[in-house]
Amino acid sequence: MIRYVLRRLLQLIPVFFGTTFLIYVLVWAVPGDPFSGKCGQTACPQAYVDLMTEKFHLNDNLILQYLKYLGSLFTGDWGETFNGTSVGELIATSYPITLRLALVAVLIEAVIGLTAGVLTGLRGKGFLDNLVLVSTTFLISLPVFVTAIVLQLVLGTELGIIDTSVSDNPGFGELIVPGIALGSLSMAYVARLTRTSIAENRHADYIRTAIAKGQPNSRVVGVHLLRNSVIPVLTFLGTDLGALMGGAIVTEGVFNINGLGGLIFRGIQNRESATVVGVVVLLVLVYLLMSLIVDLLYAVLDPRIRYD
Amino acid sequence: MRRSRRLWGAAAVVTTLSLVLAACGGGSSSSGSSGEVDPNGTFTVYGTEPQNTLIPTNTNELGGSKAVDAMFAELVAFKGDNAQPYNQMAESITTTDSKVFDIKIKQGWKFHDGTEVKAKNFVDAWNYGAYSPNGQINSTFFENIQGYDDVHPADDNAKPTTDKMSGLVVKGDYEFQVTLKAPFSVFATKIGYTAFAPLPDVFFKDPKAFAQHPIGNGPMKFVSRTPNVDIKLTRNDDYKGQDKVKFKDLDIKIYASQETAYQDLLSNKLDFIETLPPSALAGSKYKTDLKDNLVIGHLLGISTIAVPYYVPGYDNLDLRKAISMAIDRTQITKTVMNDTYVPADGYVSQGIEGYRPAVCEFCKFDPTAAKAAFAKSGFKGKLTIASNADGGRKEPLVAACNSIKNVLGVECDFVPATDFGQWRSIVTGHKLTGMGRSDWSADYPSIEDFLNPIYRSGASSNDSVYTNPAVDQLLEQADSTPDKDAAIKIYQQAEDAIAKDLPSIPVWDEKGVAAKSKHTKTVTLDFRRRADYSSVEVTK
Repeated sequence: MIRYVLRRLLQLIPVFFGTTFLIYVLVWAVPGDPFSGKCGQTACPQAYVDLMTEKFHLNDNLILQYLKYLGSLFTGDWGETFNGTSVGELIATSYPITLRLALVAVLIEAVIGLTAGVLTGLRGKGFLDNLVLVSTTFLISLPVFVTAIVLQLVLGTELGIIDTSVSDNPGFGELIVPGIALGSLSMAYVARLTRTSIAENRHADYIRTAIAKGQPNSRVVGVHLLRNSVIPVLTFLGTDLGALMGGAIVTEGVFNINGLGGLIFRGIQNRESATVVGVVVLLVLVYLLMSLIVDLLYAVLDPRIRYD
Repeated sequence: MRRSRRLWGAAAVVTTLSLVLAACGGGSSSSGSSGEVDPNGTFTVYGTEPQNTLIPTNTNELGGSKAVDAMFAELVAFKGDNAQPYNQMAESITTTDSKVFDIKIKQGWKFHDGTEVKAKNFVDAWNYGAYSPNGQINSTFFENIQGYDDVHPADDNAKPTTDKMSGLVVKGDYEFQVTLKAPFSVFATKIGYTAFAPLPDVFFKDPKAFAQHPIGNGPMKFVSRTPNVDIKLTRNDDYKGQDKVKFKDLDIKIYASQETAYQDLLSNKLDFIETLPPSALAGSKYKTDLKDNLVIGHLLGISTIAVPYYVPGYDNLDLRKAISMAIDRTQITKTVMNDTYVPADGYVSQGIEGYRPAVCEFCKFDPTAAKAAFAKSGFKGKLTIASNADGGRKEPLVAACNSIKNVLGVECDFVPATDFGQWRSIVTGHKLTGMGRSDWSADYPSIEDFLNPIYRSGASSNDSVYTNPAVDQLLEQADSTPDKDAAIKIYQQAEDAIAKDLPSIPVWDEKGVAAKSKHTKTVTLDFRRRADYSSVEVTK
């Protein structure tokens, strides 16, 4: 087990450098002068451009720029935006909000998705199965921004049940509707995955054995069936938490939530490369961490992986 | 049952009475909103994250200037509704030759930290703004002043020899003198621009700390700022200017999307948005959404299509005439732009002093004349109009292209650029391969600001790379004419000369359509697309 964990940890290092380098290059190597649109219809004064070029090391070649960026990153400095705000500070104020939103979304998709999946997987064909099938197909076919805007318009502007945008530092209650918008797609996937997995394993030998041994039904389903069926779902949920942190770009934009997604949204709009790189690097870290945790959980759930 | 009916009756009487009383009390509530004006209310406006630090010499875009302009008072200010300049901090601005300006400032004005505003605060601020190592985004606004080249050398690699412009001399606590490089009659209007605000002594000790907590001399004081969330200001009760505000707190709420801000406005969570999102404009939905809460202003700006002289085949007056006469401006502004623009008929914005209707004689839709001119031009090939495609820029230009296509029977394509930044680098790098969008908004309300920066040879926004020595000479002559009316006449002559050459094709002029909430009783949209805070009244 320890060797397995160590090997997984070592794998993180090249992945980290590879992804951050790619992000840095992709964001900063965008053709064109980053200051060309900053001064409206006139060109920016050269003095301003010079000052900014020096501040962001834009005269160095890209590799050197990246190394300088990494260097300051390891000392805990995430850099500064063009208007002089520390990116680290921006991230520090916004990540708790996104985390809250992602948790709400994961909770919604886990609870609703798993329940729907287990129920339909156990019952098999019937009205409930068809209902879930139709509704999940519907959800999967809707892009997040449609779901978000429809929820905002109907519940907010038309019915006035919720506020059309959330407050500066929203609590869990305010995040339920954005959470539904954000988690709806994955919720549908979770329901589908669970259903298939349960339906498959329901006829497996070990389940038959457990039933034959006279185990109570709740134990058969709760321990024997779920434990094995939940592995693919867990992989999905784990990496999804990472995806949600990033996927929140649209949802946070729509509900004006001041989280990481909102930061990227504005960073791209305003060409704030420093912000975009900083947040995406953070998201990469979250992703890596989540996939590590999922892999470890895998090992806990399935002993065969552990002794590999 | 009986009892409840009696109760209902009583309630009805009370309600009717109170309604009658309320109607008597609030006699002035005619503009669609009811309730009394609340002098201690909060006014919440749509905001975007400032692009630069909140210092007047470093703020040139809407997001930042919404806060900066409320915090600082310049020598001259512009009225909210008609953009007329008036002396604000200036007691008097006198000149005999448009070259040396003697400026006296009013006494007793204070910065928000309690120190008095003196002549040296202006001189120090302007020197700071112009000094090239400070890298201020508005530094070029000081280029008329004598000695600018010493503090901001034209050669990028040269070091400035001094950090003080020789043209600025402090004559006393409340008087200073400005000497320009060459006569410039519009200088007394230009100094109303944000960059010319005074800065308190504390600024020069630590500019970086100041940017975190700006201290101005304007009608509103800085309270707090949370990046990407909001900027909060509050009323400065010691303010002596004319443009006092009639509410207490200003909350500039920063949004990631205009759509959301618009939804918030409709639910009365936001009080003002100066521009409407495309979804509200589509099919003129905004008119039914907003009704009484629609605010229409007039922005001082103009949209033109630049026809670059450096593109082969386009340097052809007949072709330019043909294109111009083939665009059905009235139809496009009505249908595609949903009445938010009006057709342009000259090179200066309508509503500016010196504007005359129909200066551009080829700006009328005239298919027959257009066809004739096109045949005469002998142009072969395809026409293109390039622009950034975001923010609703694309649709009207595609419509213009279609109009040209239908009238002239020539291929016309819209060429998109990814964003405004890339778009401007194409234009300033002279890499256009056809026509290009060339919009202009005035920094200060003067006919001069629509001509000098765009049509003088080598000017900073001369997107067509147009040169006409006669125009250059007229502009120079107008610049050096001290008498305002006489100067305007000469600027108009320059405009006439430009209209004959048609270096760019005027297309439309933006009205400025804004929206307010029910809680806002009155608000005016100023010429720079901002709420004129002094006009705002919020209700309880």
